[in-house]
Amino acid sequence: MPLTPEDVNRIAMLARLELSSAERAAMLNQLNGFFGIVEQMSAVDTGSVEPLYTPLSAVQAVALRLRDDVVTESDQRALNQASAPLVEDGLFLVPKVVE
Amino acid sequence: MSSALHDMGVARLGRALAAGEVSSLELTQHLLTRVAAFEHLGAFLARDTELSLAQAREADACRARGQAQSLTGVPIAHKDIFVTRGLASTAGSKMLAGYASPFDATVVARLSAAGMVTLGKLNCDEFAMGSANENSAFGPAKNPWDLQRVPGGSSGGSAAAVAARLVPAATGTDTGGSIRQPASFSGVTGIKPTYGVCSRYGMIAFASSLDQAGPLARSAEDCALLLSAMSGFDERDATSAERAPQDFHAQMLTPREGATAARPLQGLRIGLPSEFFPAALAADVNGAVRAALAEFEKLGATLVGVSLPRTELSIPVYYIIAPAEASSNLSRFDGVKFGHRAKDYSDLRSMYERTRAEGFGPEVKRRIMIGTYVLSHGYYDAYYLQAQKLRRMIADDFQACFKDCDLIAGPVAPTVAWKIGEQHDDPVKAYLADIFTLPGSLAGLPGMSVPAGFGEGGMPVGLQLIGNYFDEGRLLHAAHAFQQATDFHSRAPAGASAA
Repeated sequence: MPLTPEDVNRIAMLARLELSSAERAAMLNQLNGFFGIVEQMSAVDTGSVEPLYTPLSAVQAVALRLRDDVVTESDQRALNQASAPLVEDGLFLVPKVVE
Repeated sequence: MSSALHDMGVARLGRALAAGEVSSLELTQHLLTRVAAFEHLGAFLARDTELSLAQAREADACRARGQAQSLTGVPIAHKDIFVTRGLASTAGSKMLAGYASPFDATVVARLSAAGMVTLGKLNCDEFAMGSANENSAFGPAKNPWDLQRVPGGSSGGSAAAVAARLVPAATGTDTGGSIRQPASFSGVTGIKPTYGVCSRYGMIAFASSLDQAGPLARSAEDCALLLSAMSGFDERDATSAERAPQDFHAQMLTPREGATAARPLQGLRIGLPSEFFPAALAADVNGAVRAALAEFEKLGATLVGVSLPRTELSIPVYYIIAPAEASSNLSRFDGVKFGHRAKDYSDLRSMYERTRAEGFGPEVKRRIMIGTYVLSHGYYDAYYLQAQKLRRMIADDFQACFKDCDLIAGPVAPTVAWKIGEQHDDPVKAYLADIFTLPGSLAGLPGMSVPAGFGEGGMPVGLQLIGNYFDEGRLLHAAHAFQQATDFHSRAPAGASAA
């Protein structure tokens, strides 16, 4: 079932992307073009197949590694904030969200 | 000898430096002059002459102290998807224009620790999303074999710089073919190792279950030297493979049992998936690949027919999974902690929405939209989960093939490099051209592109070799044997040798 303009609006909202009306129209066409080649996926019976979320688990058991719960990084706040658009007193500034 | 310096590969330069035929400083100065003369290629995004020269002097001093390793003093440049201290790290995106990373990516740090000199950062598709380097916010890179054509992507700057003899080697990353395809389009050698072999720490994330780093260089031997230095377990990458350091160069040189000088690949079974040779495959690509395979037979290999029945399905499977992971990874670009922030906004949400609208290019937006949709409530099972199940079936298909063969071979791409601007109107058409690299990516298998000949317009054609998990040594050994018997990998584009 093709996507509608309302679907594009909803997805753009979820993705936090502002799109112009021209971009929305082009996006609708392109997404529907893309989902045209996706349809062949649904024809395959994958009933009992385990999803492969990380490649090596195709041939071996992959366990997520845990590390010791200790401090490993030194404090580099100034360095880490050097590329932030807006900081003050070591804090990231954003528009007011609570009145 | 300085006129020939840029024609030397990594291994040869290592020997020249060790023999004192040239210093790293002379070599670095020579190549930086070339880089400046080839500005029109659009291969570099950032350079710092003083930084490079200081590293070269340090390499020479290290050698004088008797502490040189095999790569000490050899220059390299990094795809601008790796973060670097001292050079801006942009991922080819306006979102990260001028971004100063507080740390080096593990791959960069390891190559620096091996003594390599960084010449700069290389152009790529925005967040590595693309197959032509046309999605870079900083303009396309051009193919040194024909400036009207794309160098491939997303590691397009890496391939163009190596092909034009601006650097002997470059790093790249491959999510769905982004090392192999530009290597093929630009006539250089590239290897994407098994998922987990190279650390992803400091590689700006596109699709985390697929992204892998690897080298692009002039030969399999050079790639083996580089991969040995850049790979290995890294506790900072949760999916890094826990294994001992590998000497891929030694593995490459280890003779096969039963091999002779004339037949170094005696007994090697190369599988040809029928799906990799469809009727739609361009005749010039088919011709070059078949001729290369005949050469492998002369070297002792046996060609066997195999099947990867879900090759075509790998296109939608990849273009569901990669955008899904990308939409999640790229949510960090919100204008708060780093990168671009819109100038005009009314509240927090409009700041997010406008920042992302201004910072991301069209292809990145499309993939974020696809990814957000397939992960959204009500669609996850039909798209994302189904794609991950098909991914398992694709990986299983490879394991079935490897019962009958040791390596798999075929074309890297259905055509040679296309003209800049030719595929702008139809993103789906560009996705379809990734058909031969996507299956191996989804399975996480190692793959190479080896220069195999020339096609339409004198453009290079690459042969793809795919190995089983952690079989990089066997891949490099086969590619090296082929390169000992052929000279496609050492040919330079006309413009590169003239300047």
